[in-house]
Amino acid sequence: MKALCWHGKNDIRYETVPDPEIEDPRDAIINVSSCAICGSDLHLFHHFMPSMKSGDIVGHEFMGEVMEVGSEVKHLKVGDRVVVPFTITCGECDQCRRGNFSLCERSNRNKAMADKVFGHAGAGLFGYSHLTGGYAGGQAEYVRVPFADETHIQVPDTLTDEQVLFLGDIFPTGWQAAVQCDIEPTDTVVIWGAGPVGQFCVRSAVLLGAKQVIVIDNVPERLSMAQAGGAIPLNFDEESVLGRLNDLTHGKGPEKCIDAVGLESHVPRSPDSMYDRVKQSLWMENDRAHVLREMIYVCRPGGVLSIPGVYSGLVDKIPMGQLMNKALSVRSGQTHVRRWTDDLVRRIDEGQIDPSFVITHSVGLDEGPEMYNIFRNKQDGCVKVVLKP
Amino acid sequence: MNRSHSYMSHSLHGSDRLARGLGWFSIGLGLYKMLAPRKLTEPLGMEGFEPMVRACGAREIACGVGALSTNPSLALWSRVGGDAMDLAALAAALRDKHNPKKENVGVALAAVGAITALDLVCASRIKKRYAYQAGPTPDYSDRSGFPRPAEAMRGTAGDFETPRDMRAALPSPAKSPGERVTPTTRSPNG
Repeated sequence: MKALCWHGKNDIRYETVPDPEIEDPRDAIINVSSCAICGSDLHLFHHFMPSMKSGDIVGHEFMGEVMEVGSEVKHLKVGDRVVVPFTITCGECDQCRRGNFSLCERSNRNKAMADKVFGHAGAGLFGYSHLTGGYAGGQAEYVRVPFADETHIQVPDTLTDEQVLFLGDIFPTGWQAAVQCDIEPTDTVVIWGAGPVGQFCVRSAVLLGAKQVIVIDNVPERLSMAQAGGAIPLNFDEESVLGRLNDLTHGKGPEKCIDAVGLESHVPRSPDSMYDRVKQSLWMENDRAHVLREMIYVCRPGGVLSIPGVYSGLVDKIPMGQLMNKALSVRSGQTHVRRWTDDLVRRIDEGQIDPSFVITHSVGLDEGPEMYNIFRNKQDGCVKVVLKP
Repeated sequence: MNRSHSYMSHSLHGSDRLARGLGWFSIGLGLYKMLAPRKLTEPLGMEGFEPMVRACGAREIACGVGALSTNPSLALWSRVGGDAMDLAALAAALRDKHNPKKENVGVALAAVGAITALDLVCASRIKKRYAYQAGPTPDYSDRSGFPRPAEAMRGTAGDFETPRDMRAALPSPAKSPGERVTPTTRSPNG
């Protein structure tokens, strides 16, 4: 089959690889109809995630039709149309039973390695390094889905791929980021990053009833898309983040802050961004933390910081004094996708939201490698790329 | 798979590979200049300029690290600037009447000139490929994702209740007028 494979920094290739096979009776094989490039795939592209191996198939946003099931799969049959959550979940361990699906205790088959790095491992993920299980990803024609009875979202045939594809990651990720803020009708919610996850954070915060939603970025078309969804745009190239947020909150600061950027935040001409870039280039820290520092600084005391943005390891110069003295709550984690998807499928089906608004490019899988470059450089108005195998 | 298709199916272009090669070359040359400056100054008749050569070595290493980063554009243009400085220094050495090794300086000038051309070609191509936000700025102001204006959608998910484990640790400071919370116990010292 054809797939997009990682071969090193900035090096993604469209190549022929062996077809996946059932390896466990609980597996299913999915014939992928649509997949997408996620912002967090860029962290792999830039080789910021450790334990990638040359030839690894990437991609964790995908959907398709079941073409084969293992002997112990009970709730799926050949021909079913499913979206696959990026977090692999057994559905039986203590964490899964509590709804903490991204912390599944059994799905990471490289648990021993992950335990050494994280203390205790989280769930296995598709196409996201050997630290998260080394599972082949979904930017491919076919994918093996472990624990298939639990690791799927069934979707109505009345909805198109474009409407449901993002149930596997970015929609529930934006939703969980907003839910973690425990939004009150009096709250101001500020979202750093108007990328695909940021866009879903905006819509989620609006649906959940925030008084005002503000989005911070410097890409005009992304800001206009966020504004269309109900956010007040703040272009950090043109105005002071602190000044504008204080203006919009009567000098008190936002109660709820969401980091939808993660480890590659960059602000031109910002001393801390330059400092981070140098340290990251010299392998002296893993992640650039400008957004985290700014969130901690601007947030109203007693507020909440929600962090759906991906971080990989060590960061530097985190103002713990501000965090502690302002009594800020920090909520983070990979998304517990399946915890939210029944509700979100219903909202899409009822027409409350059509997630396809975010798609700006739809091309064949063979054009995937070049789309990584275009998406990374935000060229051609690129916000979200869908690939068709 | 034919060859041209295979090339198009790579995210890494020829200019990226060249940038990478120049990056490693820059680091190697920088280390050589830092660790053995006399091995360069002596054959060029430029004894006494070792501190300057060391400084150039540090510059080369910095540019090399930059050229290996996710966006090598700035580092490659820095290399072009560095090349210009090297060419100026070598030209001065060539003009020096007392320099007994002008032949070597000429060879060095030609070599640096060739590398400058390579750096220039690579930097120009990389600049175009990595141009941030290049291309048209589309209008996405009609992409709300909502069936009605966003203001009308505010609070539509009011039927959703935040799960107990995801409620804020503290009462929202914005809740107006705010519930008055009274201490449940008082210590003898108040």
